[in-house]
Amino acid sequence: MFKWIHRFGSPPFVYRLSGRIAPVLGVLCLILMLTGLYLGLVVAPADYEQGDSYRIIFVHVPAAWMSMFVYVVMAVSSAIFLIWKMKLADIVAQASAPIGASFTFIALMSGSLWGKPMWGTWWVWDARLTSELLLLFLYLGYIALRNAIEHPQLAARTAAILAVVGVVNIPIIHFSVDWWNTLHQPATITKFDKPSMHPSMLKPLLIMVVAFQLLYFYNLLVRVRSGILQREKRAAWVAKELEN
Amino acid sequence: MESIAQFFSMGGYALYVWPAFFITFLVLIGNVWFGAREHRIALRDAKRRAVQVKSSQE
Repeated sequence: MFKWIHRFGSPPFVYRLSGRIAPVLGVLCLILMLTGLYLGLVVAPADYEQGDSYRIIFVHVPAAWMSMFVYVVMAVSSAIFLIWKMKLADIVAQASAPIGASFTFIALMSGSLWGKPMWGTWWVWDARLTSELLLLFLYLGYIALRNAIEHPQLAARTAAILAVVGVVNIPIIHFSVDWWNTLHQPATITKFDKPSMHPSMLKPLLIMVVAFQLLYFYNLLVRVRSGILQREKRAAWVAKELEN
Repeated sequence: MESIAQFFSMGGYALYVWPAFFITFLVLIGNVWFGAREHRIALRDAKRRAVQVKSSQE
């Protein structure tokens, strides 16, 4: 068990492994993304209440879920970095921040484009929207903090503390629709009784969710490889690795 | 032909649906592109470093 953990803490091992896995994830992601788009935009019927505007959920929901998932990954790896000083955990957290910020931006942007025709407004300061906006600021704050502090060790630790503290926002986002009386609709898919969505709409949505997940891991692995190279460029294994 | 026009009109919501998808994929592709660029730069720097170390050893 410890040997296994040790291997995943070893930069050369992770560098080589992610180099092999990333292309597979990329191709799978592309196939699922195109399938999901076809099923969602062409095959799925229009909604009887919302017409075709509901199709925005095929990017909105996956992006919103990923915005929270990526943050949890970032907070957990930041905690691992703070407790065990594991360099790779810091690389994972740093690599996740811009991807998570992008997903958060997409969730806010697509939600706004759906809200205009459906709610009659681009934006309301309700609990769900406000806490999601706060999530975007947490991501941007993390990135800004890392860039602002010159000493890399101090920058990594300070940003990690921000990431860990900010994780309290995640349950707030998730439960905001239950805790407060908000305009944003409550969960449709993750509720415990049977999902209230027709399979022809649910299928493309789930495919897009998996595709977004794969996109994150693909992108993460590529960025983690860069992070390893940047930090380990003085190491002998890097020179050896680049020779062949 | 009519069905294609119908498809692009998105039941009158074209102004909202298409920008949502367009911006989403612009951001996602941009993300992948920046990731790939960062990796290219990191590779180049590491290679340069490896060459320097090698020549200083000779």
